[in-house]
Amino acid sequence: MKHKGRKVYMVSGGVTKFAKSTPDMDFRLRVKKAFDYALNDVGLTINDIDGSVASYFSDHFQRQLMSGIMVQDYLGLTPKPSKRVEGGGATGGLSFQTGYEEIASGRMDTCAVYGFESMSHVNTWKGNEFIALASDTNFDYPVGGFYTGYYAMMAVRHMHEFGTTVEQLAKVSIKNHENALNNPYAQSPMKLTVEDVRNSPMVSYPLTRLDVCAMSDGAAVAILASEEKAFEITKHPIEITGIGTGTDTMRLADRPFGKVPLLPNEKPSDYRDLKYPGIHSFRAGRSAAKEAYEAAGITDPLKELDAVELHDAYTSSEIQTYEDLGLCKYGEGGQFIEEGKSKLNGKVPVNFSGGLLACGHPVGATGIMQGVFMFWQLQKTIKKHFKSDKLQLNNPKRGLIHSHAGTGTYVTVSIMEVPK
Amino acid sequence: MTINPDAKMDESQNGTEIYSTDPLIVKSTYSIDYIHSYAQDSEFFRALGKKKLMGSRCKKCHYGFATPRSHCMMCGAETEWVELPTKGKIHSYTTCYFGSEVFLPQTPFNLVLVEFEGFDSLFMARLIGAEQDDMYVGMPIVAKFKRLQSFSPTDVYFVPAKGSEKKPSAAVKKNKR
Ligand SMILES: [Zn+2]
Repeated sequence: MKHKGRKVYMVSGGVTKFAKSTPDMDFRLRVKKAFDYALNDVGLTINDIDGSVASYFSDHFQRQLMSGIMVQDYLGLTPKPSKRVEGGGATGGLSFQTGYEEIASGRMDTCAVYGFESMSHVNTWKGNEFIALASDTNFDYPVGGFYTGYYAMMAVRHMHEFGTTVEQLAKVSIKNHENALNNPYAQSPMKLTVEDVRNSPMVSYPLTRLDVCAMSDGAAVAILASEEKAFEITKHPIEITGIGTGTDTMRLADRPFGKVPLLPNEKPSDYRDLKYPGIHSFRAGRSAAKEAYEAAGITDPLKELDAVELHDAYTSSEIQTYEDLGLCKYGEGGQFIEEGKSKLNGKVPVNFSGGLLACGHPVGATGIMQGVFMFWQLQKTIKKHFKSDKLQLNNPKRGLIHSHAGTGTYVTVSIMEVPK
Repeated sequence: MTINPDAKMDESQNGTEIYSTDPLIVKSTYSIDYIHSYAQDSEFFRALGKKKLMGSRCKKCHYGFATPRSHCMMCGAETEWVELPTKGKIHSYTTCYFGSEVFLPQTPFNLVLVEFEGFDSLFMARLIGAEQDDMYVGMPIVAKFKRLQSFSPTDVYFVPAKGSEKKPSAAVKKNKR
């Protein structure tokens, strides 16, 4: 698909520090803090914002419906246009892309995309129940609805199909938690060993507590603008050069066994005997990447991407996603982490921020947080926002952000670039 | 007289559970009974009581769904109900040591995705009679049905087939590619 709309830029962003629980602030105040940070960073006021997109996943967590309008009203953005977008774990990425569409279509010249989730109002296991209600409630949820269990079955099949090991999964956890040591916004930065990860409590074989991200309270805001506006607002806007979205069946059991949709750097002989996607891969991730790469003109992702922020709710998902994005071939994800290719000093740093594993995952905010971190990375303003330049890459030109919902039902890929 | 300046609102004796006063955090409870219709999936749940596991097959392209659906996702045509074999194989598995709140008392429990000869898609179920280390991809398993139906997909569950013990040759492959 070729996108024919106007050029779209990101001009500012803000994130609250994600935390297990922040009872002194509700979701409105958290968004307000991230929003004001973004406005102040480029000297905008609410009068400069044409409209917004509200990004949050679950009405269950707070038993408050229409939270979106409550934020819109708290921020002082009424009576401007706004809508809520929802798609499970990919809510943030979908909302970011909806903001892109608002600008690309010419409807708005500036759009605030705000995301939030307040998961601390229920205990962790009730929270897992709410998340599991985002699986088929006739056939899947009653059998033992637990998303870690679903992803664990995918991981087991990936291990069976390709020989991926639990040590390789652990290495993703080690990398991301370590990157987070230099990210002041992260919820759980730590230095870990393979033994630490494997010896932490087993949640769902083969995934341990340290293979799984935490639940969080948090908010994130991205401000997008048209070309003309963007360069009025800041000298260093970042262009969004392509978006892609893929989908797959709600039930894992329904995933087909067909052929791999090939990227330009792959050939049919790479996957002669591979039944795809089955439950070892995320077809929606591949579709999203394919659409975004076509729009941005990317033909060799490993060479042409300087940084990736992807949805690592589970260590296994990060390995599966390397393959969906074509950073390596299907089956090579385990080796990719093993060889350190996704480390900060590797071929393409993946989750330099610490990802969901270490930053936390306040669902509706997550995909927007990735956009903000990537924006700062490409703007080379990591030092300003993180108070340390340890995570600033040398001369990044092009980054990819990837947002993902339950077992890969919705996946978004957006490409961000320093304007030429 | 309809005007009463001394009117007083009724007060509850129930009180409120408080977790913290600053910020003020209170307990609030929510529970509902849903009138849940299985609608076009009803036959699947009824059949479990007759010890039958029902899938569906597309009338047009003949794609076989081990988890039934009334319309085919491959071509959009209507499907028909067909009985699945009671013997299948583990396509993938896990053991859950934690879970959603309602299932926590049942942990640890095994989840499996089952493949059936002649069907193109899978079926998710519980497996009992084996522990984490006993299960493997390709393990032959057999469906069993509960005698007392609760009209839930857990009215069917799986057990290992006789003689399905793991053979030493099913060893781990190294990275293939
Ligand atoms: Zn069909």
